[in-house]
Amino acid sequence: MSNFMAQWVYSPVVKDHFMNPRNTWDEKENFVPDGTGDVGSLACGDQMRVMIQVENDAIKAIRWLTYGCASAIASTSMMSELAVGLSLEDAYHISPDAITDALGGLPDHKFHCSVLGDKGLRAAIDDYLEKNNLPNPYQHAVAKIVCECNNVTDVQIENLVKTKQATTLEQLQEITKYGTTCGKCKADVAGLFDELKHIYNV
Amino acid sequence: MRFIYLDNNATTPIHEDVIAAMTEALALYGNASSMHAFGRDAALKIEEARQAVAAVIDTPSESIIFTSGASEANNTVFNIFREQIDLGSKRNRIVTTEIEHPSIIEMVTYLRGRGYKVDQCPVDSTGRVRLEALKELLSEDVALVSVMFGNNEIGTIQPLKEIVELAHAVGAYVHSDATQAIGKVEVSMNDLGLDYLSLSAHKFYGPKGIGALAVAKGAPYTPYVHGGHQEAGRRAGTYNTPAIVGMGVAATIAKRDQKDEEARLWKMREQLRKGILEQIPNVVINGNQEHCLPGTLDVSFPHAEGESILLYLDLEGIQVSTGSACASGSLEPSYVLLSSGVDIELAHGSIRFSFGRYNTEDDVAYVLEKLPPIIKRLREMSTL
Repeated sequence: MSNFMAQWVYSPVVKDHFMNPRNTWDEKENFVPDGTGDVGSLACGDQMRVMIQVENDAIKAIRWLTYGCASAIASTSMMSELAVGLSLEDAYHISPDAITDALGGLPDHKFHCSVLGDKGLRAAIDDYLEKNNLPNPYQHAVAKIVCECNNVTDVQIENLVKTKQATTLEQLQEITKYGTTCGKCKADVAGLFDELKHIYNV
Repeated sequence: MRFIYLDNNATTPIHEDVIAAMTEALALYGNASSMHAFGRDAALKIEEARQAVAAVIDTPSESIIFTSGASEANNTVFNIFREQIDLGSKRNRIVTTEIEHPSIIEMVTYLRGRGYKVDQCPVDSTGRVRLEALKELLSEDVALVSVMFGNNEIGTIQPLKEIVELAHAVGAYVHSDATQAIGKVEVSMNDLGLDYLSLSAHKFYGPKGIGALAVAKGAPYTPYVHGGHQEAGRRAGTYNTPAIVGMGVAATIAKRDQKDEEARLWKMREQLRKGILEQIPNVVINGNQEHCLPGTLDVSFPHAEGESILLYLDLEGIQVSTGSACASGSLEPSYVLLSSGVDIELAHGSIRFSFGRYNTEDDVAYVLEKLPPIIKRLREMSTL
Protein backbone atom coordinates (compact mmCIF):
# COMPACT_ATOMS: atom_id res chain seq x y z
CA MET A 1 0.00 0.00 0.00
CA SER A 2 3.01 2.25 0.02
CA ASN A 3 2.45 5.41 -1.90
CA PHE A 4 -0.86 4.03 -3.01
CA MET A 5 -2.37 7.14 -4.53
CA ALA A 6 0.75 8.18 -6.41
CA GLN A 7 1.26 4.62 -7.56
CA TRP A 8 -1.81 4.22 -9.65
CA VAL A 9 -3.99 7.29 -9.90
CA TYR A 10 -1.26 9.08 -11.72
CA SER A 11 0.02 6.14 -13.71
CA PRO A 12 -0.61 7.61 -17.14
CA VAL A 13 -2.19 4.44 -18.55
CA VAL A 14 -4.61 3.97 -15.64
CA LYS A 15 -5.53 7.62 -15.69
CA ASP A 16 -6.14 7.55 -19.42
CA HIS A 17 -8.42 4.50 -19.23
CA PHE A 18 -10.23 5.94 -16.21
CA MET A 19 -10.83 9.27 -17.92
CA ASN A 20 -11.57 7.83 -21.36
CA PRO A 21 -12.87 4.31 -20.87
CA ARG A 22 -12.97 2.26 -24.09
CA ASN A 23 -15.87 0.15 -25.34
CA THR A 24 -18.39 1.18 -22.70
CA TRP A 25 -21.97 0.22 -23.41
CA ASP A 26 -24.14 3.01 -24.77
CA GLU A 27 -27.89 2.76 -24.88
CA LYS A 28 -28.07 4.58 -28.22
CA GLU A 29 -25.85 2.07 -29.96
CA ASN A 30 -28.33 -0.82 -29.89
CA PHE A 31 -25.54 -3.31 -29.29
CA VAL A 32 -26.94 -6.83 -29.52
CA PRO A 33 -24.69 -9.19 -27.55
CA ASP A 34 -24.14 -12.85 -28.38
CA GLY A 35 -23.06 -13.49 -24.82
CA THR A 36 -23.35 -11.61 -21.51
CA GLY A 37 -21.45 -12.13 -18.27
CA ASP A 38 -22.27 -10.66 -14.86
CA VAL A 39 -19.71 -10.85 -12.08
CA GLY A 40 -18.75 -9.10 -8.87
CA SER A 41 -20.39 -8.33 -5.58
CA LEU A 42 -21.92 -5.24 -4.18
CA ALA A 43 -20.37 -5.92 -0.78
CA CYS A 44 -16.98 -5.52 -2.44
CA GLY A 45 -18.13 -2.39 -4.22
CA ASP A 46 -17.46 -3.71 -7.70
CA GLN A 47 -19.98 -5.18 -10.09
CA MET A 48 -19.60 -5.73 -13.79
CA ARG A 49 -21.41 -6.75 -16.95
CA VAL A 50 -19.48 -7.78 -20.05
CA MET A 51 -21.24 -8.18 -23.43
CA ILE A 52 -19.61 -9.76 -26.46
CA GLN A 53 -20.33 -10.22 -30.15
CA VAL A 54 -18.72 -13.32 -31.64
CA GLU A 55 -17.74 -13.98 -35.25
CA ASN A 56 -15.71 -16.94 -36.53
CA ASP A 57 -14.92 -18.09 -32.98
CA ALA A 58 -13.38 -14.73 -32.17
CA ILE A 59 -14.41 -11.65 -30.20
CA LYS A 60 -15.74 -9.23 -32.80
CA ALA A 61 -16.85 -6.51 -30.43
CA ILE A 62 -17.18 -5.97 -26.71
CA ARG A 63 -19.15 -3.60 -24.47
CA TRP A 64 -19.19 -3.35 -20.72
CA LEU A 65 -20.72 -1.65 -17.70
CA THR A 66 -19.13 -1.28 -14.29
CA TYR A 67 -20.20 -0.10 -10.90
CA GLY A 68 -16.85 0.30 -9.26
CA CYS A 69 -13.77 2.22 -8.37
CA ALA A 70 -11.25 3.79 -10.73
CA SER A 71 -9.11 0.68 -11.05
CA ALA A 72 -12.23 -1.39 -11.84
CA ILE A 73 -13.10 1.03 -14.63
CA ALA A 74 -9.55 1.21 -15.96
CA SER A 75 -8.95 -2.53 -15.80
CA THR A 76 -12.22 -3.37 -17.54
CA SER A 77 -11.47 -0.82 -20.22
CA MET A 78 -8.02 -2.36 -20.71
CA MET A 79 -9.48 -5.88 -20.80
CA SER A 80 -11.88 -4.80 -23.53
CA GLU A 81 -9.00 -3.55 -25.66
CA LEU A 82 -6.98 -6.71 -25.11
CA ALA A 83 -9.91 -8.98 -25.95
CA VAL A 84 -11.17 -7.53 -29.22
CA GLY A 85 -9.98 -9.64 -32.14
CA LEU A 86 -8.81 -12.55 -29.99
CA SER A 87 -10.02 -16.09 -30.57
CA LEU A 88 -12.45 -17.27 -27.90
CA GLU A 89 -9.74 -19.56 -26.58
CA ASP A 90 -7.17 -16.79 -26.23
CA ALA A 91 -9.76 -14.41 -24.81
CA TYR A 92 -10.69 -17.04 -22.23
CA HIS A 93 -7.09 -17.13 -21.09
CA ILE A 94 -6.65 -13.40 -20.48
CA SER A 95 -5.47 -13.29 -16.88
CA PRO A 96 -5.79 -10.56 -14.24
CA ASP A 97 -1.99 -10.30 -14.42
CA ALA A 98 -2.08 -9.59 -18.14
CA ILE A 99 -4.59 -6.78 -17.59
CA THR A 100 -2.64 -5.36 -14.67
CA ASP A 101 0.65 -5.53 -16.59
CA ALA A 102 -0.90 -3.71 -19.53
CA LEU A 103 -2.02 -0.99 -17.09
CA GLY A 104 1.50 -0.67 -15.73
CA GLY A 105 0.61 -2.35 -12.43
CA LEU A 106 -1.88 -1.90 -9.59
CA PRO A 107 -1.26 -2.16 -5.85
CA ASP A 108 -2.08 -5.57 -4.33
CA HIS A 109 -5.28 -4.65 -2.59
CA LYS A 110 -6.62 -3.10 -5.78
CA PHE A 111 -5.62 -6.08 -7.88
CA HIS A 112 -7.58 -8.51 -5.71
CA CYS A 113 -10.87 -6.72 -5.63
CA SER A 114 -11.12 -4.66 -8.77
CA VAL A 115 -9.67 -6.69 -11.60
CA LEU A 116 -12.85 -8.50 -12.57
CA GLY A 117 -12.78 -7.93 -16.31
CA ASP A 118 -11.26 -11.31 -17.16
CA LYS A 119 -13.90 -13.09 -15.12
CA GLY A 120 -16.66 -11.08 -16.75
CA LEU A 121 -15.29 -11.91 -20.15
CA ARG A 122 -15.14 -15.63 -19.36
CA ALA A 123 -18.69 -15.53 -18.07
CA ALA A 124 -19.76 -13.86 -21.32
CA ILE A 125 -17.99 -16.53 -23.40
CA ASP A 126 -19.55 -19.28 -21.27
CA ASP A 127 -22.93 -17.65 -21.86
CA TYR A 128 -22.37 -17.46 -25.62
CA LEU A 129 -21.36 -21.12 -25.88
CA GLU A 130 -24.24 -22.26 -23.72
CA LYS A 131 -26.83 -20.25 -25.65
CA ASN A 132 -25.60 -21.73 -28.90
CA ASN A 133 -25.40 -25.27 -27.53
CA LEU A 134 -21.70 -25.35 -28.26
CA PRO A 135 -19.20 -27.37 -26.23
CA ASN A 136 -17.14 -25.40 -23.74
CA PRO A 137 -13.60 -26.76 -23.95
CA TYR A 138 -12.08 -23.82 -22.06
CA GLN A 139 -13.85 -23.94 -18.76
CA HIS A 140 -11.89 -26.85 -17.34
CA ALA A 141 -8.56 -25.56 -18.56
CA VAL A 142 -8.78 -22.50 -16.36
CA ALA A 143 -8.66 -22.28 -12.60
CA LYS A 144 -11.91 -21.09 -11.12
CA ILE A 145 -12.20 -18.21 -8.72
CA VAL A 146 -13.96 -19.31 -5.56
CA CYS A 147 -13.48 -16.10 -3.59
CA GLU A 148 -14.04 -13.14 -5.86
CA CYS A 149 -13.17 -10.52 -3.27
CA ASN A 150 -9.69 -11.89 -2.65
CA ASN A 151 -9.09 -13.67 -5.93
CA VAL A 152 -8.68 -17.18 -4.51
CA THR A 153 -8.90 -20.05 -7.01
CA ASP A 154 -9.80 -23.71 -6.64
CA VAL A 155 -6.39 -24.66 -8.02
CA GLN A 156 -4.67 -22.56 -5.36
CA ILE A 157 -6.68 -24.22 -2.59
CA GLU A 158 -5.96 -27.64 -4.09
CA ASN A 159 -2.22 -26.97 -3.99
CA LEU A 160 -2.34 -25.76 -0.40
CA VAL A 161 -4.22 -28.89 0.67
CA LYS A 162 -2.00 -31.22 -1.36
CA THR A 163 1.20 -29.79 0.13
CA LYS A 164 -0.34 -29.74 3.64
CA GLN A 165 0.28 -26.01 3.95
CA ALA A 166 -3.34 -25.64 4.95
CA THR A 167 -4.72 -28.44 7.09
CA THR A 168 -7.50 -26.40 8.71
CA LEU A 169 -9.91 -23.79 7.36
CA GLU A 170 -8.29 -21.25 9.68
CA GLN A 171 -4.90 -21.87 8.08
CA LEU A 172 -6.42 -21.67 4.62
CA GLN A 173 -8.01 -18.36 5.50
CA GLU A 174 -4.79 -17.01 6.95
CA ILE A 175 -2.90 -17.82 3.76
CA THR A 176 -5.50 -16.89 1.15
CA LYS A 177 -7.77 -14.42 3.04
CA TYR A 178 -10.75 -16.19 1.47
CA GLY A 179 -14.12 -15.14 2.88
CA THR A 180 -12.72 -12.21 4.85
CA THR A 181 -14.44 -9.52 2.80
CA CYS A 182 -18.03 -10.19 1.77
CA GLY A 183 -18.02 -13.71 3.17
CA LYS A 184 -20.44 -15.19 0.64
CA CYS A 185 -17.93 -17.83 -0.51
CA LYS A 186 -17.37 -19.28 2.97
CA ALA A 187 -19.74 -22.24 2.63
CA ASP A 188 -18.48 -23.09 -0.86
CA VAL A 189 -14.85 -22.97 0.21
CA ALA A 190 -15.58 -25.14 3.26
CA GLY A 191 -17.22 -27.73 1.00
CA LEU A 192 -14.36 -27.66 -1.51
CA PHE A 193 -11.82 -27.89 1.31
CA ASP A 194 -13.45 -31.00 2.80
CA GLU A 195 -13.66 -32.59 -0.62
CA LEU A 196 -9.98 -31.93 -1.35
CA LYS A 197 -8.91 -33.17 2.09
CA HIS A 198 -10.73 -36.38 1.32
CA ILE A 199 -9.19 -36.69 -2.16
CA TYR A 200 -5.66 -36.13 -0.88
CA ASN A 201 -6.27 -38.05 2.33
CA VAL A 202 -5.09 -35.19 4.56
CA MET B 1 -5.66 24.59 -12.49
CA ARG B 2 -8.08 25.61 -9.79
CA PHE B 3 -7.85 23.73 -6.47
CA ILE B 4 -10.73 23.54 -4.05
CA TYR B 5 -9.98 21.91 -0.75
CA LEU B 6 -13.14 20.40 0.72
CA ASP B 7 -11.52 17.89 3.03
CA ASN B 8 -11.17 20.04 6.14
CA ASN B 9 -12.41 17.23 8.41
CA ALA B 10 -9.33 15.24 7.38
CA THR B 11 -7.01 18.10 8.17
CA THR B 12 -6.85 21.86 7.77
CA PRO B 13 -4.26 24.23 6.31
CA ILE B 14 -2.16 25.99 8.95
CA HIS B 15 -3.28 29.54 9.64
CA GLU B 16 -0.65 32.16 8.73
CA ASP B 17 -0.58 33.53 12.27
CA VAL B 18 0.12 30.02 13.51
CA ILE B 19 2.98 29.65 11.04
CA ALA B 20 4.43 32.99 12.16
CA ALA B 21 4.23 32.09 15.85
CA MET B 22 5.66 28.62 15.28
CA THR B 23 8.50 29.96 13.16
CA GLU B 24 9.45 32.24 16.00
CA ALA B 25 9.03 29.46 18.55
CA LEU B 26 11.41 27.19 16.62
CA ALA B 27 14.19 29.39 17.98
CA LEU B 28 13.08 28.75 21.57
CA TYR B 29 15.29 25.73 21.84
CA GLY B 30 15.51 25.70 25.60
CA ASN B 31 14.05 22.61 27.25
CA ALA B 32 10.92 23.89 28.96
CA SER B 33 11.72 21.65 31.92
CA SER B 34 15.08 23.36 32.49
CA MET B 35 15.41 25.90 35.27
CA HIS B 36 17.63 28.35 33.38
CA ALA B 37 16.48 31.39 31.38
CA PHE B 38 16.09 29.60 28.01
CA GLY B 39 14.06 26.87 29.64
CA ARG B 40 11.88 29.43 31.38
CA ASP B 41 11.26 31.29 28.09
CA ALA B 42 9.93 28.11 26.52
CA ALA B 43 7.91 27.22 29.60
CA LEU B 44 6.27 30.64 29.59
CA LYS B 45 5.15 30.23 25.98
CA ILE B 46 3.79 26.78 26.76
CA GLU B 47 1.74 28.09 29.66
CA GLU B 48 0.28 30.82 27.43
CA ALA B 49 -0.71 28.16 24.94
CA ARG B 50 -2.24 26.04 27.69
CA GLN B 51 -4.49 28.92 28.70
CA ALA B 52 -5.60 29.46 25.11
CA VAL B 53 -6.40 25.78 24.64
CA ALA B 54 -8.27 25.71 27.95
CA ALA B 55 -10.26 28.78 26.90
CA VAL B 56 -11.45 27.28 23.61
CA ILE B 57 -13.11 24.39 25.46
CA ASP B 58 -14.05 26.39 28.54
CA THR B 59 -12.12 24.57 31.23
CA PRO B 60 -9.41 25.59 33.77
CA SER B 61 -5.92 25.57 32.26
CA GLU B 62 -4.56 23.06 34.77
CA SER B 63 -6.86 20.43 33.26
CA ILE B 64 -4.98 20.57 29.92
CA ILE B 65 -2.41 17.86 29.17
CA PHE B 66 -0.61 18.23 25.85
CA THR B 67 -0.39 15.01 23.83
CA SER B 68 0.73 14.00 20.35
CA GLY B 69 -2.86 14.35 19.15
CA ALA B 70 -6.40 13.17 19.80
CA SER B 71 -5.54 9.51 19.18
CA GLU B 72 -3.12 9.55 22.11
CA ALA B 73 -5.61 11.50 24.22
CA ASN B 74 -8.33 8.93 23.49
CA ASN B 75 -6.03 6.01 24.20
CA THR B 76 -4.93 7.67 27.44
CA VAL B 77 -8.51 7.92 28.72
CA PHE B 78 -9.29 4.29 28.00
CA ASN B 79 -6.03 3.26 29.63
CA ILE B 80 -7.01 5.05 32.87
CA PHE B 81 -10.05 2.84 33.22
CA ARG B 82 -8.32 -0.25 31.99
CA GLU B 83 -5.90 0.19 34.87
CA GLN B 84 -8.71 0.73 37.37
CA ILE B 85 -10.34 -2.48 36.15
CA ASP B 86 -7.00 -4.31 36.42
CA LEU B 87 -6.71 -3.07 39.99
CA GLY B 88 -10.04 -4.70 40.80
CA SER B 89 -12.55 -1.87 40.49
CA LYS B 90 -16.14 -3.02 40.73
CA ARG B 91 -16.88 -0.66 37.89
CA ASN B 92 -15.52 -2.87 35.19
CA ARG B 93 -17.45 -1.96 32.07
CA ILE B 94 -16.89 0.74 29.44
CA VAL B 95 -19.67 2.07 27.22
CA THR B 96 -19.03 3.84 23.94
CA THR B 97 -20.70 4.00 20.51
CA GLU B 98 -20.45 2.30 17.14
CA ILE B 99 -19.42 5.45 15.28
CA GLU B 100 -16.39 6.68 17.20
CA HIS B 101 -13.08 7.57 15.60
CA PRO B 102 -10.82 4.56 14.82
CA SER B 103 -8.59 5.46 17.78
CA ILE B 104 -11.51 4.39 19.97
CA ILE B 105 -13.05 1.67 17.76
CA GLU B 106 -9.69 -0.12 17.56
CA MET B 107 -9.13 0.35 21.28
CA VAL B 108 -12.48 -1.36 21.87
CA THR B 109 -11.44 -4.31 19.70
CA TYR B 110 -8.12 -4.50 21.52
CA LEU B 111 -9.69 -4.42 24.99
CA ARG B 112 -12.40 -6.93 24.10
CA GLY B 113 -9.76 -9.27 22.73
CA ARG B 114 -8.20 -9.23 26.20
CA GLY B 115 -11.43 -9.95 28.01
CA TYR B 116 -12.53 -6.45 29.03
CA LYS B 117 -16.22 -5.64 28.91
CA VAL B 118 -17.00 -2.89 26.43
CA ASP B 119 -20.44 -2.09 25.02
CA GLN B 120 -21.09 -0.02 21.93
CA CYS B 121 -24.32 1.90 21.97
CA PRO B 122 -26.17 1.86 18.63
CA VAL B 123 -27.09 5.06 16.81
CA ASP B 124 -30.22 6.04 14.91
CA SER B 125 -30.45 6.51 11.15
CA THR B 126 -28.97 10.00 11.48
CA GLY B 127 -25.99 8.80 13.52
CA ARG B 128 -27.29 10.06 16.88
CA VAL B 129 -26.90 7.91 19.97
CA ARG B 130 -30.16 6.17 20.87
CA LEU B 131 -30.63 7.49 24.39
CA GLU B 132 -33.06 4.70 25.28
CA ALA B 133 -30.47 2.12 24.26
CA LEU B 134 -27.80 3.98 26.20
CA LYS B 135 -29.99 3.97 29.30
CA GLU B 136 -30.28 0.20 29.00
CA LEU B 137 -26.51 -0.14 28.88
CA LEU B 138 -25.88 2.02 31.94
CA SER B 139 -25.71 0.69 35.47
CA GLU B 140 -23.52 0.85 38.56
CA ASP B 141 -20.82 -1.30 36.97
CA VAL B 142 -19.99 1.24 34.25
CA ALA B 143 -16.69 3.05 34.74
CA LEU B 144 -16.53 5.20 31.62
CA VAL B 145 -18.86 6.45 28.91
CA SER B 146 -17.12 7.77 25.81
CA VAL B 147 -19.13 9.52 23.09
CA MET B 148 -17.70 11.78 20.40
CA PHE B 149 -18.91 15.37 20.11
CA GLY B 150 -19.44 15.59 16.36
CA ASN B 151 -18.83 12.83 13.84
CA ASN B 152 -15.94 13.28 11.43
CA GLU B 153 -17.74 11.63 8.54
CA ILE B 154 -21.41 12.57 8.68
CA GLY B 155 -21.10 15.54 11.04
CA THR B 156 -23.80 14.41 13.46
CA ILE B 157 -23.57 16.12 16.84
CA GLN B 158 -24.42 13.99 19.86
CA PRO B 159 -26.81 14.95 22.67
CA LEU B 160 -23.92 15.19 25.12
CA LYS B 161 -25.79 17.07 27.82
CA GLU B 162 -28.32 14.24 28.11
CA ILE B 163 -25.59 11.61 27.83
CA VAL B 164 -23.58 13.19 30.65
CA GLU B 165 -26.68 13.32 32.85
CA LEU B 166 -27.49 9.67 32.24
CA ALA B 167 -23.89 8.57 32.81
CA HIS B 168 -23.36 10.65 35.93
CA ALA B 169 -26.62 9.33 37.35
CA VAL B 170 -25.04 5.88 37.57
CA GLY B 171 -21.69 7.27 38.74
CA ALA B 172 -19.77 6.78 35.47
CA TYR B 173 -17.24 9.26 34.14
CA VAL B 174 -17.77 10.77 30.68
CA HIS B 175 -15.27 11.39 27.92
CA SER B 176 -15.87 13.10 24.61
CA ASP B 177 -13.64 13.27 21.56
CA ALA B 178 -14.37 16.83 20.45
CA THR B 179 -11.72 16.90 17.72
CA GLN B 180 -14.11 17.86 14.92
CA ALA B 181 -16.07 20.46 16.88
CA ILE B 182 -13.37 22.95 17.88
CA GLY B 183 -13.79 26.34 16.23
CA LYS B 184 -16.99 25.22 14.47
CA VAL B 185 -19.50 25.10 17.31
CA GLU B 186 -19.37 26.20 20.90
CA VAL B 187 -17.66 23.62 23.09
CA SER B 188 -17.89 24.06 26.84
CA MET B 189 -16.53 21.25 28.94
CA ASN B 190 -17.81 23.12 31.94
CA ASP B 191 -21.43 23.53 30.74
CA LEU B 192 -21.62 19.95 29.50
CA GLY B 193 -20.12 18.60 32.72
CA LEU B 194 -17.64 16.43 30.84
CA ASP B 195 -14.88 14.69 32.77
CA TYR B 196 -12.52 14.23 29.83
CA LEU B 197 -12.24 15.84 26.41
CA SER B 198 -9.85 15.19 23.52
CA LEU B 199 -8.83 17.61 20.80
CA SER B 200 -6.25 17.90 18.05
CA ALA B 201 -4.64 21.07 16.68
CA HIS B 202 -4.52 20.17 13.00
CA LYS B 203 -8.31 20.10 12.73
CA PHE B 204 -8.48 23.80 13.56
CA TYR B 205 -5.66 25.31 11.48
CA GLY B 206 -2.89 24.32 13.87
CA PRO B 207 0.03 21.96 13.32
CA LYS B 208 -0.11 18.15 13.12
CA GLY B 209 1.32 15.98 15.87
CA ILE B 210 -0.05 18.01 18.76
CA GLY B 211 -3.27 17.70 20.69
CA ALA B 212 -4.56 17.73 24.22
CA LEU B 213 -6.52 15.80 26.74
CA ALA B 214 -8.50 17.87 29.23
CA VAL B 215 -9.14 16.16 32.55
CA ALA B 216 -11.69 17.74 34.86
CA LYS B 217 -10.79 18.23 38.50
CA GLY B 218 -11.44 15.10 40.50
CA ALA B 219 -11.55 12.72 37.54
CA PRO B 220 -9.21 9.73 37.81
CA TYR B 221 -5.94 9.92 35.96
CA THR B 222 -3.01 7.67 35.24
CA PRO B 223 -0.21 8.41 32.76
CA TYR B 224 -0.08 6.53 29.48
CA VAL B 225 3.41 7.67 28.50
CA HIS B 226 5.82 7.11 31.39
CA GLY B 227 9.08 8.96 31.79
CA GLY B 228 10.01 12.48 32.85
CA HIS B 229 7.81 14.67 35.02
CA GLN B 230 6.46 16.93 32.26
CA GLU B 231 2.81 18.00 32.43
CA ALA B 232 2.92 17.65 36.25
CA GLY B 233 3.86 14.01 35.85
CA ARG B 234 0.84 13.29 33.69
CA ARG B 235 2.50 12.84 30.29
CA ALA B 236 6.23 12.28 29.80
CA GLY B 237 8.31 13.49 26.88
CA THR B 238 10.23 16.68 26.19
CA TYR B 239 7.88 19.55 25.41
CA ASN B 240 7.29 20.14 21.70
CA THR B 241 7.44 23.89 22.18
CA PRO B 242 6.78 25.09 18.58
CA ALA B 243 3.82 22.74 18.13
CA ILE B 244 2.32 23.67 21.49
CA VAL B 245 2.75 27.38 20.71
CA GLY B 246 1.07 26.77 17.33
CA MET B 247 -1.82 24.98 18.97
CA GLY B 248 -2.23 27.87 21.38
CA VAL B 249 -2.45 30.46 18.60
CA ALA B 250 -4.84 28.23 16.64
CA ALA B 251 -7.04 27.90 19.74
CA THR B 252 -7.11 31.66 20.25
CA ILE B 253 -8.22 32.18 16.63
CA ALA B 254 -10.75 29.35 16.87
CA LYS B 255 -12.38 30.90 19.91
CA ARG B 256 -12.28 34.43 18.45
CA ASP B 257 -13.87 33.45 15.11
CA GLN B 258 -16.13 30.59 16.18
CA LYS B 259 -19.51 32.33 15.85
CA ASP B 260 -18.68 33.82 12.44
CA GLU B 261 -17.20 30.57 11.19
CA GLU B 262 -20.21 28.57 12.31
CA ALA B 263 -22.55 30.80 10.30
CA ARG B 264 -20.28 30.97 7.25
CA LEU B 265 -19.62 27.21 7.11
CA TRP B 266 -23.29 26.38 7.51
CA LYS B 267 -24.24 28.77 4.72
CA MET B 268 -21.83 27.19 2.25
CA ARG B 269 -22.80 23.69 3.31
CA GLU B 270 -26.48 24.44 2.85
CA GLN B 271 -25.87 26.04 -0.55
CA LEU B 272 -24.10 22.89 -1.65
CA ARG B 273 -26.76 20.59 -0.19
CA LYS B 274 -29.60 22.46 -1.89
CA GLY B 275 -27.68 22.73 -5.14
CA ILE B 276 -26.99 19.00 -5.21
CA LEU B 277 -30.63 18.18 -4.50
CA GLU B 278 -31.75 20.55 -7.26
CA GLN B 279 -29.28 19.44 -9.90
CA ILE B 280 -28.75 15.73 -9.30
CA PRO B 281 -31.62 13.25 -9.19
CA ASN B 282 -31.69 10.40 -6.67
CA VAL B 283 -29.28 11.46 -3.94
CA VAL B 284 -29.32 10.70 -0.23
CA ILE B 285 -28.06 13.18 2.35
CA ASN B 286 -26.49 11.32 5.27
CA GLY B 287 -26.36 12.32 8.92
CA ASN B 288 -28.51 14.56 11.05
CA GLN B 289 -29.58 17.77 9.35
CA GLU B 290 -30.45 19.56 12.59
CA HIS B 291 -27.65 18.52 14.92
CA CYS B 292 -24.74 18.79 12.54
CA LEU B 293 -21.23 20.20 12.35
CA PRO B 294 -21.76 23.31 10.23
CA GLY B 295 -19.16 22.54 7.55
CA THR B 296 -19.84 18.85 6.97
CA LEU B 297 -22.01 17.47 4.17
CA ASP B 298 -22.09 13.73 3.49
CA VAL B 299 -23.97 12.62 0.41
CA SER B 300 -24.59 9.22 -1.17
CA PHE B 301 -25.01 8.94 -4.91
CA PRO B 302 -26.71 5.63 -5.69
CA HIS B 303 -25.31 3.84 -8.79
CA ALA B 304 -22.06 5.78 -8.62
CA GLU B 305 -19.09 4.47 -6.65
CA GLY B 306 -17.39 6.82 -4.20
CA GLU B 307 -13.77 6.33 -5.13
CA SER B 308 -14.53 6.99 -8.79
CA ILE B 309 -16.45 10.13 -7.86
CA LEU B 310 -13.58 11.25 -5.65
CA LEU B 311 -11.00 10.75 -8.40
CA TYR B 312 -13.06 12.42 -11.13
CA LEU B 313 -13.50 15.37 -8.76
CA ASP B 314 -9.77 15.29 -8.04
CA LEU B 315 -9.08 15.59 -11.76
CA GLU B 316 -11.12 18.81 -11.63
CA GLY B 317 -9.09 20.01 -8.63
CA ILE B 318 -11.83 19.34 -6.06
CA GLN B 319 -10.62 17.46 -3.01
CA VAL B 320 -13.10 15.44 -0.95
CA SER B 321 -13.23 12.11 0.87
CA THR B 322 -15.39 8.99 0.54
CA GLY B 323 -16.81 6.22 2.71
CA SER B 324 -16.21 3.76 -0.10
CA ALA B 325 -14.29 0.60 0.74
CA CYS B 326 -12.19 1.08 -2.35
CA ALA B 327 -10.55 4.15 -0.91
CA SER B 328 -10.15 2.86 2.62
CA GLY B 329 -7.47 0.29 2.00
CA SER B 330 -9.45 -2.11 4.19
CA LEU B 331 -12.07 -3.27 1.66
CA GLU B 332 -14.72 -2.29 4.20
CA PRO B 333 -17.06 0.57 3.49
CA SER B 334 -17.69 3.22 6.14
CA TYR B 335 -18.70 1.68 9.48
CA VAL B 336 -20.19 5.01 10.46
CA LEU B 337 -22.73 4.83 7.64
CA LEU B 338 -23.36 1.08 8.08
CA SER B 339 -23.99 1.59 11.82
CA SER B 340 -26.49 4.31 10.93
CA GLY B 341 -28.36 1.70 8.90
CA VAL B 342 -27.24 3.09 5.54
CA ASP B 343 -27.40 0.49 2.78
CA ILE B 344 -24.03 -0.94 1.74
CA GLU B 345 -24.28 0.41 -1.81
CA LEU B 346 -25.04 3.88 -0.47
CA ALA B 347 -22.01 3.62 1.81
CA HIS B 348 -19.82 2.74 -1.17
CA GLY B 349 -21.22 5.76 -3.00
CA SER B 350 -20.80 8.32 -0.24
CA ILE B 351 -18.85 11.53 -0.57
CA ARG B 352 -17.95 13.85 2.29
CA PHE B 353 -17.56 17.54 1.57
CA SER B 354 -16.03 19.34 4.55
CA PHE B 355 -15.71 23.11 4.45
CA GLY B 356 -13.16 25.23 6.24
CA ARG B 357 -12.22 28.85 6.79
CA TYR B 358 -10.52 29.23 3.41
CA ASN B 359 -13.52 28.13 1.35
CA THR B 360 -15.80 30.64 -0.32
CA GLU B 361 -19.21 30.59 -1.97
CA ASP B 362 -17.38 30.53 -5.31
CA ASP B 363 -16.11 27.09 -4.38
CA VAL B 364 -19.68 25.87 -3.94
CA ALA B 365 -20.58 27.17 -7.39
CA TYR B 366 -17.56 25.43 -8.90
CA VAL B 367 -18.49 22.09 -7.30
CA LEU B 368 -22.07 22.46 -8.52
CA GLU B 369 -20.72 22.99 -12.02
CA LYS B 370 -18.37 19.98 -12.01
CA LEU B 371 -20.18 17.39 -9.89
CA PRO B 372 -23.44 16.73 -11.81
CA PRO B 373 -21.80 15.62 -15.09
CA ILE B 374 -19.48 13.30 -13.13
CA ILE B 375 -22.39 11.56 -11.42
CA LYS B 376 -24.28 11.35 -14.69
CA ARG B 377 -21.31 9.79 -16.45
CA LEU B 378 -20.66 7.19 -13.74
CA ARG B 379 -24.32 6.28 -13.65
CA GLU B 380 -24.34 5.74 -17.39
CA MET B 381 -21.37 3.41 -17.00
CA SER B 382 -22.91 1.54 -14.06
CA THR B 383 -24.45 -1.93 -13.98
CA LEU B 384 -26.96 -0.91 -11.35
